[in-house]
Order: sequence, then structure tokens, then C-alpha cells
Amino acid sequence: MPERTAEIELRLLLEAIFLKYDYDFREYSLASLRRRVQQALRQLECASISELQARVLHDPAGFMQLLQYLTIPVSEMFRDPEYFRGLRQHVIPLLRTYPSLKIWVAGCSTGEEAYSMAILLREEGLLERSMIYATDINPLSLERARKGIYPLTQISGFTRNYQAAGGASTFSDYYTAAYDGALFDKSLRDHLTFADHSLATDSVFAETQLISCRNVLIYFNKQLQNRALGLFHESLCHRGFLGLGSKESLNFSSYGKQFETLLRDEKVFRKL
Amino acid sequence: MTRQAYEAVVLGASAGGVEALLYLFGALDSGGCRLPLIAVQHLPEKAQSQLAEILAARLKRPVREAEDKAPVQPCVLYVAAPGYHLSIENDRSFSLSSEAPVNFSRPSIDLLFESAAHAYGPKLIGALLTGANEDGSAGLEQIAQYGGLTLVQEPAEAAVACMPLAALQRFSPDHVLRLRDMAELILRLEEVHAE
Repeated sequence: MPERTAEIELRLLLEAIFLKYDYDFREYSLASLRRRVQQALRQLECASISELQARVLHDPAGFMQLLQYLTIPVSEMFRDPEYFRGLRQHVIPLLRTYPSLKIWVAGCSTGEEAYSMAILLREEGLLERSMIYATDINPLSLERARKGIYPLTQISGFTRNYQAAGGASTFSDYYTAAYDGALFDKSLRDHLTFADHSLATDSVFAETQLISCRNVLIYFNKQLQNRALGLFHESLCHRGFLGLGSKESLNFSSYGKQFETLLRDEKVFRKL
Repeated sequence: MTRQAYEAVVLGASAGGVEALLYLFGALDSGGCRLPLIAVQHLPEKAQSQLAEILAARLKRPVREAEDKAPVQPCVLYVAAPGYHLSIENDRSFSLSSEAPVNFSRPSIDLLFESAAHAYGPKLIGALLTGANEDGSAGLEQIAQYGGLTLVQEPAEAAVACMPLAALQRFSPDHVLRLRDMAELILRLEEVHAE
């Protein structure tokens, strides 16, 4: 059975990556991972997963190429505008009561959501006393996030989202268009810390009041979901807030009883 | 008799699909089908979010939007959520993904079928119905390669024949059937197993 061989190869590849590079994909959802490895095989011109494994083990640059397939850099600013509207209306008023704020955007990819969060806080007058920690495992994504430059072709979509999210200003106030990129305001960047952090292998680094982790947990299996939720639970202050992706829930995790639902449709939960 | 015990039916449809699915599911319900039914129906995102409701209003069996990590349960009809790919993991639970569209579609029928082929192997029935694109044919072929049973709606009956024809061009499915006969076959296969 060729498919059985491929499953063995896939497990060995993930084990090899973990042993050599400390990146742990062993508890990711397999259906999607399997497909992304197949894409990588075609693009990197490997005949089998075993061949890919050999390349990755002997060539760190080859691993960095593969990592771009294993992580999912799909993001946009103010994605799911209703989520940000929900935060603005129902979470921000409660965050106002804290003298200083720490916010964690977990799995930030190329940073779109972290900048969106900074804009939201700026408009609500909270950015000056906030620090947003935006973490990811992909160094290339983090590098792009730190630059804060996004293709102009995406700006119209971002602007639509911003308006639908209840934006209180003009979106173009937040960036400078140059060549074919939009460079986001340096004063937003001052409140953003982009850092390498793995929900699979690292531990909690700060006490936070709000954690936003959207469309990241869907790529994990149940065990790894529970590990990540455990980190969030530990990091959040008493009655802290957790925002998930529009189709994510705590229903099938071990943490369903440790959070209450604040906004059902917008997927905002509150630590009990 | 060494008939295979089927454990799930995955279905894909696009243009004209809602009516086709309603007809097929109605017939399966009347026949007492207990297999889980898992469907991707291409629709604009707004309409997609109402699909479960539309189907639930007209069918006896419970209809749910498949949730991430939910286990696949018998007798339930699952539909894919708008804007996400739907897959089935080897432990027969659902997983969602917000990766880029495949065949211009998210959810993509190919992704559901390919993952289901992996999870269920020969215990799977895959059915591809009416539609105006080619999503699903590669996934249906993979179901065949993993020993599952493949059904394609008779192109002459399909509201739009493109999707069934794309599958027929790609490989030879086990059966090309009208929806009425497709329902009958599924019910018969389930009954043979129950005996």
C-alpha cells in the first residue's frame, strides 16, 4: 500500500525536523499537513518524502524553504471585521480599566492582525499604555511583519475590512504609499514586539489581558490545541479575554469549562 | 458475502446542487439511511452560511455545519462551513483550514474527498453531482484508488453536466447513476451490510 509508506515517511519527516531544528509539527492536523507536504514535494522537485527528508536534514536553507509550506501565511488586516467590531464594542470598555495592557497575537504570520490591533487601540486611546506581543514560528513571516510593508494591491480589501470593523478614522492615515507598497506608521510599530514563539514547544512569557489567536488552532490536533489553550489560560490575567477564529470553539477541548462565552458569533471568550 | 461495510458518504456538488442534494438526502432519509453524510456544496459565502438551515428545514435527519475537531457521527448530515476547507482526520474527526482556495473553491470538494479517502479507505462512498466546474474529480479518483466506492450523477440528469463529465474524463467510476438510483444503491449497500 503506497499510502501507508507515505504516512510512515511523513511521520519520519516530522520527527527529523523536530530532532534537527526543534520545530514540532508532530501534533499538527494531518489532513492539511499531508497536502502541504505534497505541494512542497512538487515545488522543491523531490520524488518522495524520504528524499525531501534527506535534503532538509543536510541543508538548513532547504528546511527554511519547506517551512514556508508547513506554515500558513494567509492573513489580512481586520479580517472578519465583525470580530474587531465586537472587540471595540464589548472588550475595549473593560480593557480601559487596566493601567497598562499586554496583548498577545499568537500565530501572527506576517503581522496584519497585530497592526490591526494596534490601530484599534490607537483609535480607542489605549495604544500609549499597551504592548502587543505578536508571535510566530516562521522567521521569514516575522521579518516581513517587522517591516510593516504590505502590497498596495491588498490595501483596498484592508480598507473595506477596516470600515466594516467600525474604523473611526480614515484608513490611509495609517500608512504611507511608496512604490508598490504601503508602509505602516512607525508610531504603531513602537507598541508592537514581534518575537519567535512556538505554541508547541515554548512556555508562557508574560501576563496578558487579551489574547487573539485566530485560525491557528485549526491546524493543530486535539492534544496540541489543549497545550496551546493551556498556555493561553496561564498567560491571561483573572477575567482576561481570548479571541478565536470565526469557526473555532472550545467545545472539543479540555478548556471548555475554564472560559465563558462573551461574544458567541465573534468567538470572544473570557477566563473564569 | 464479503461486501464492504461502508461507514460514511461524502458528496460534492456545485451549480444546481442544492436541489440535487435535497432530492438525494430526502430519498436516503425515507429509506432509513444511518450513514453519516458529509457534503461540500459550492455557494457564495453568504448563501453558504445558510445552507445547513435550508437543508434542515426540509430533511428529517439532523443537519450540522461541520465543526473543527467534532467527531463524525452516524445519521447526521454535515455541511462544510463557508470560507474554510473541510477535511476528515484519520481518527474520523473534522478539521478546518483557511488555506487558499483550491479549484477557485473554499471549501473544495477535492480536499474533503482526498482526506476522507485517507481516513476511511475502502469503507467510503464518494458521490459527485451536478456542477459547472471541475472540483471533485481528482478527489473522487483518489477515493477509487483507496478502494472506496465512487458514484457520479448521470450527466444527462445533472442540471449542469460539467462536474460529472470531468470525473468521467479522468477515470472510470464504479457507477454513473440518476439520483433516484444512487439513493437506492446506497440504501441497498447499507442493508446488505446490516444483514
